[in-house]
Amino acid sequence: MGNTPYAVVVDGVKKSFGSVTALAGVSLKAETGKVLGLLGPNGAGKTTIVRILTTLLQPDAGTATVAGIDVVKNPGAARRIFGLAGQYPAVDEMLTGRENLNMVGRLYHMPRQLAKQRADELLERFALTDAANRPIRTYSGGMRRRLDLAAALVVRPQVLFLDEPTTGLDPRTRMELWDVIRELVADGATLLLTTQYLEEADALADHIAIIDRGLLIAEGTADQLKGRLQKDVVQVRVTHPDHAQSAYEALKVLGNGSTQLDATSGWISVPVPHGPQGLVEAVRLLDERKVAIADISLRRPSLDDVFLTLTGKPTAGE
Amino acid sequence: MSENVISLQTAIEAAAKEQTFSERLKWFFLDTIEITKRNLLHYVRMPQLIFFSFIQPVIFVLLFTQVFGGAMGSAISALYGTDYVNYLLPGIFVQTALVSGVATTVGLAADLQKGMVDRFRSLPMSRAAVLTGRTLADSVRSVFTITIMVLVGSLLGFRFSGTFAESALAMVLCLLWGYSFSWVFAWIGVVVKDPETAQTAGFIWVFPLQFASSIFVPSQTMTGFLQWFAENQPLTLMANTVRALILGRPADQLVPVILWMVGIVAVFAPLAVWQYTRRTK
Repeated sequence: MGNTPYAVVVDGVKKSFGSVTALAGVSLKAETGKVLGLLGPNGAGKTTIVRILTTLLQPDAGTATVAGIDVVKNPGAARRIFGLAGQYPAVDEMLTGRENLNMVGRLYHMPRQLAKQRADELLERFALTDAANRPIRTYSGGMRRRLDLAAALVVRPQVLFLDEPTTGLDPRTRMELWDVIRELVADGATLLLTTQYLEEADALADHIAIIDRGLLIAEGTADQLKGRLQKDVVQVRVTHPDHAQSAYEALKVLGNGSTQLDATSGWISVPVPHGPQGLVEAVRLLDERKVAIADISLRRPSLDDVFLTLTGKPTAGE
Repeated sequence: MSENVISLQTAIEAAAKEQTFSERLKWFFLDTIEITKRNLLHYVRMPQLIFFSFIQPVIFVLLFTQVFGGAMGSAISALYGTDYVNYLLPGIFVQTALVSGVATTVGLAADLQKGMVDRFRSLPMSRAAVLTGRTLADSVRSVFTITIMVLVGSLLGFRFSGTFAESALAMVLCLLWGYSFSWVFAWIGVVVKDPETAQTAGFIWVFPLQFASSIFVPSQTMTGFLQWFAENQPLTLMANTVRALILGRPADQLVPVILWMVGIVAVFAPLAVWQYTRRTK
């Protein structure tokens, strides 16, 4: 395996398409054996980073290495050690699942027998054995993704790039794919994953880099990023729906103007600088007004809150 | 882990090894075979793709022998000294071999649009093989379409009257002709990007060229500038050569035809490959 502590290193990478700046100088690192989540809205530059790292695009400036190999200077060597599953499944519609994997193995210059054996292994692992001899055009969206992912794993890559792997999938299929991705990481591969979904980055990534308009705007673990808000949230639900408004009034000052009442669920969220203190204060204020509390809790801010704070706009999707 | 784990060291060594010319040439051929196989499988899965490729030439044959043939066939027959169907069919073989290249244009444009090319580009394979595999597969398809055209012609009274060697040479020339021009079609396919445009862009330049040639009528019956153009353009040289071989007459334009083919490949193959690699930037 690679000797470097960082399986992916991007340093000062810039890329423009005509007058449009896609990347305005991005630097990031993915620790070997860990999952780096690249989070950002549509058009942030996530795909451009992945395309540069997978030798599909050349950067205008900066360097990028995968497992210590410079992808610009030595693309041929780099292509042997990474796997890529792009935003749209890159499989041949007319070929069967088995033929697709076989072809990829052969194009990696694997001996015929080994390519065949590896194709069978992967079909088995991704629960595609029954569909192995059917052309891809008969596959469902989830099956296509799984086959595309299998194609990215033909050489057991040291570094795996997944560009928005679950975009356009229904929730159940997405969960299934998450399980597959978790297994891959358990096997020791380094993974760079791009996503527009905060919950996906939260669920899968060890380390998260947030990019927006071609710039890295924050990075760290999910907890570190949430900590940057330095605000916890007290969540309250009152027993009697009629009391919701009066409870909201009572907690307005505590939240320093940011208190919110969700009319449908009846939950009131109160951002507070110090969680435990805020919680005690909230209970006291409600008790003063004789409002019965059905449920009260303290939560760390979600990545959604972080994203909103950092970029000034909510994420796409959920 | 099993034996196919590619470590950093072996990856660098393997890549360095494949830098040598003979290794590159070997993998270029093996990758070309793999891509050719893939493209031929498309025709196996969708035989209608082959069916549509000979519908158009069949229509041309019927149109010219049955509709126009009555009026102009006897004049050409008198001028050329054989039945019009024997004049027309060799030209149709040349036309068929040429226009089948549109499949190359459309196929490449579709691969580029659908992201299949991203998969190929991210693999440590020969880049040119994606194009050679496509042009070769379409030449294999041409063998089918031209065979069908020979059969259709036979039903309408077409006969080979040269020696076996001359006839064989004529058919081989048609395939080589189709292959060399498929590089023009490949280049167009890489330039246009989407299959719908590719369909039109592939055909548009062939259309005037095939009518201003000796494929359907002798070029000496044309007027002024058009006659000069028709007599000197490659489709006429090729149609005349194939016709002469099939009818057992002297093929005195064989050398210029071969030069045209070599020239087309020499210009358009590097151009197509260059354009294909350039699109990664």
